Amino acid sequence: MAVIELEQVNKTYSGGNGDVHALKNVSLSVEEGEIFGVIGLSGAGKSTLVRCINLLERPESGQIRIEGREIRSLSERELRLERQNIAMIFQQFNLLMQRTVLDNVCFPLEIAGLRKKEARKQALVYLKTVGLEDKAKAYPVQLSGGQQQRVAIARALASHPRIILCDEATSALDPQTTKNILELLRKVNREYHISIVIITHEMRVITEICDRVAVLHHGKVAEIGPVEEVFTNPKTKVARRLLLIRESEALEDEITENEEQAETSHTKEHESKSLRVIEGGAHAAN
Amino acid sequence: MQLTDIMPLLQEGTVDTLRMVLISTALGYLVGLPLGVLLTITSKEGITPHPIMYRILDLIINITRSVPFLILLILIQPMTKLIVGKSYGTTATIVPLTVAASPLIARMVESSLKEVDRGVIEAAQSLGASHTTIVCKVLIPEARTSLLVGVTIALGTILGYSAMAGIIGGGGLGDIAIRYGYYRYETGVMIITVVILVLLMQILQWLGMLISGKVDRRRV
Repeated sequence: MAVIELEQVNKTYSGGNGDVHALKNVSLSVEEGEIFGVIGLSGAGKSTLVRCINLLERPESGQIRIEGREIRSLSERELRLERQNIAMIFQQFNLLMQRTVLDNVCFPLEIAGLRKKEARKQALVYLKTVGLEDKAKAYPVQLSGGQQQRVAIARALASHPRIILCDEATSALDPQTTKNILELLRKVNREYHISIVIITHEMRVITEICDRVAVLHHGKVAEIGPVEEVFTNPKTKVARRLLLIRESEALEDEITENEEQAETSHTKEHESKSLRVIEGGAHAAN
Repeated sequence: MQLTDIMPLLQEGTVDTLRMVLISTALGYLVGLPLGVLLTITSKEGITPHPIMYRILDLIINITRSVPFLILLILIQPMTKLIVGKSYGTTATIVPLTVAASPLIARMVESSLKEVDRGVIEAAQSLGASHTTIVCKVLIPEARTSLLVGVTIALGTILGYSAMAGIIGGGGLGDIAIRYGYYRYETGVMIITVVILVLLMQILQWLGMLISGKVDRRRV
């Protein structure tokens, strides 16, 4: 059964330079238990697409069904309840910076109406799942990017979701950390039977864990199908271009690996540096 | 006039000033905090945009803020009389001080809450958080450092206003400075009250910064 079905979804942004048609008649479905990837070059409408699934963005037309239920017609209250079924993780992690790691994971449990004590007990279990129980009392700023994303995954799990949406969840992380996070997502997918939608511009993410993929180009689904099928026999220009990107990514990984072997002792420094870069980027984005 | 003679007077004045400032700032937050929250959430980028409500609040706040405090003081005297029973003295001064503080506080709260990362709010929305939850558990706690800096600024500004109220017999240190220092040419008294006001401002500022720094978890 399909957990997510999009049918003829359209979304337009009206801006100063005229309207931007971000999604044009997008139709796709995500099957229960699968890891579904959406890839595209920047500006293809990926983020808009994923935000339409939990209605953080409201499309003008089309149907969005979650486990068979049309969600565009839900009331505010019903939608909030439905959103507890659909967790989301983000490129910039989006943790509450003034809360401890444990209390961040507690947040969805508080929303669900649990008492603080019970919430903390449950949250600790999820922190164990992501391997960060020893950081429970730390604050997000004290963690590396990869660790912050693990906390975000624990927070997502705490709302007992049926679906997890990942919006460029590994784009701010280095290749090794990306790999670890993807492994964790796969574990979550298998152990909790959570369907996952991954939005990314990185081919390595798609090839690493996705079962099926949709290639988004200028707001339209250019190709859709099992990952191997789409990329062994690409029918569109954009899919071929993405294949080229994969090759350059692979090369890049090889170089980084060689470098890391040459200076293993500096890995720690490298990690903290890249974290600072991420933080700098976040500030700039603000 | 000997220093020993005015000591009790200055002591009383300091207590009166602090009482006025603290009470009116507290009352100011009672009005200004909800207003600031409303401004934030009803704005175009807010969690529940409401252009008409935003524009009305925006206008009211701009109007009240553009009236100079000295004029406001006199303008609302009838209202003060109605509420307190008289238009002079420390208790009466709390009314205009609160009226002046509220819109200022609303603006500062608004600017603090707007600093909260859009992504964090979106994360809360994606978890199914209600507007109330987002305000109480995301916006206010995440902006707490900035909000506390705002409290410090508000206290400082109201301290200044409270001294101004001395001109119409508002009580407190400003009143003493005007009655003794200005009307009776006792420059010494004037200087002492000014020194006390400066010290109060310093202490408020230092305390405010200390507390807002202490509660900030964004630093390693």
